[in-house]
Amino acid sequence: MLRKIVLFFIISICFVLQTTTLQSLSFANITPNLLIIVVASFGLMRGKKEGMFIGFFSGLIIDIFCGFYLGIYALLYMYVGYSAGFLQKRFYPEDIKFPLLIIAASDLNLNLIIYLVMFLTRSRYDFGFYFTNIILPELVYTTIVTIFFYLILLKINQKLEAYEKRRAIKFDL
Amino acid sequence: MKKIRNRNSKKKQIETKYMLIALTVVCVLGIFGGLVYNINGGPLKAIAGYIFVPMQQGINATGSWIFNTANDFKTLSQVLEENEKLKEQNAELTNQLTIAKIEQYELENLRELFDLSEKYPTYEKVAANVIAKDSGNWFSSFTINRGEKDGIMVGMNVLADGGLVGIVTDVGPNYSKVRSIIDDANNVSAMVPSTGDNFNVSGNLKTMNEAMVITFSELRDAENSVKIGEPVITSYVSDQYHQGILIGYISSIEFGPNNLTKIGTITPVADFEHLEDVLVIKKIKDVGNTVDTEPTE
Repeated sequence: MLRKIVLFFIISICFVLQTTTLQSLSFANITPNLLIIVVASFGLMRGKKEGMFIGFFSGLIIDIFCGFYLGIYALLYMYVGYSAGFLQKRFYPEDIKFPLLIIAASDLNLNLIIYLVMFLTRSRYDFGFYFTNIILPELVYTTIVTIFFYLILLKINQKLEAYEKRRAIKFDL
Repeated sequence: MKKIRNRNSKKKQIETKYMLIALTVVCVLGIFGGLVYNINGGPLKAIAGYIFVPMQQGINATGSWIFNTANDFKTLSQVLEENEKLKEQNAELTNQLTIAKIEQYELENLRELFDLSEKYPTYEKVAANVIAKDSGNWFSSFTINRGEKDGIMVGMNVLADGGLVGIVTDVGPNYSKVRSIIDDANNVSAMVPSTGDNFNVSGNLKTMNEAMVITFSELRDAENSVKIGEPVITSYVSDQYHQGILIGYISSIEFGPNNLTKIGTITPVADFEHLEDVLVIKKIKDVGNTVDTEPTE
């Protein structure tokens, strides 16, 4: 239960920051994608199921406030979380390079799909422009933010896991 | 023991897979519902609105407080200099206003003579604050702090800095979503007042990113009379936007690929980088009625 409440708060804070403060802190109109960091890291740390649900809810919030049709971003983020969960076996808390790589790859994938689905279909063919001006800056910015933000998420997850372990022992007795 | 755990984890995997499929179906149904039947959220919007809008408003209030406090430290000399400039500008503007007033008086007289009603009526407007922007970098939409409770409806036009900003695309109880005219998927029917030619203005992420302009196309200008710097207003043929709202000024113009119509770019009047306060026109352009009342000959 505590995990759900904490996760809800993390997602809300990230969404609110991303739509307000980060918009004014953006470089060249590009904002980092905090929610993809949350979705991919929790998928990586906790597995497919949790990654899937966190992705679904994060995407749903984006759909409600920023999307065109309810479900597009929910679908995309859900699959990002789910696929990050596949790599849970290779996750070690001490190693930051691997999560960094996965989060960067998730952000890249997400934006490539958005380009394919929402821009290429409306005959915006200049992929080079969109790649160097939208996708790449967001990737760089998100990766830089990840270095700090991922450590916070890791700490929160460790605290939660310790709490859950304590509770499990209590119930066993 | 190991076997049981193995079976358990396998069962769990299958469960997760089924859940993924179920949620995928839910999402696809949602997209389909939005595309075909225009269903959009419903109670979800209300819940989300009551949770997130207060948070966003709070953060914005803190942000602007910090900004304002920092601004208070502007040096006195700067302010005095600005004051001097403003005084000059004020004098000039007063002069212009007097001329405008005289012209207005003349115009009214002429209108009375010609028995014309007001061409560009003043609409009832409601002020709103921008509380959040699009979370991604691809599209340009934003959320304002007025919703159903303040009488906002889908299709209302949104203005700022005396120009068109966008249109309300979705309404929650205490917020509404506005798609701006610079959004890559947005189109506006526009015209140049001097010639009355109708053409299409579309938002464009690329040109907006490169030079802060949006594009237009399909301008039939056979006499080459449309010049750079001419104002562009919303057209009477638009079924979404009220007639006569300033969009921007033409910043470049050239022949299109078909050599018949012209394409080019427009610099919007509204400052989309620093959008804070907007006005919403509390009237939806009704196109249905005019068709009914027109004589059917």
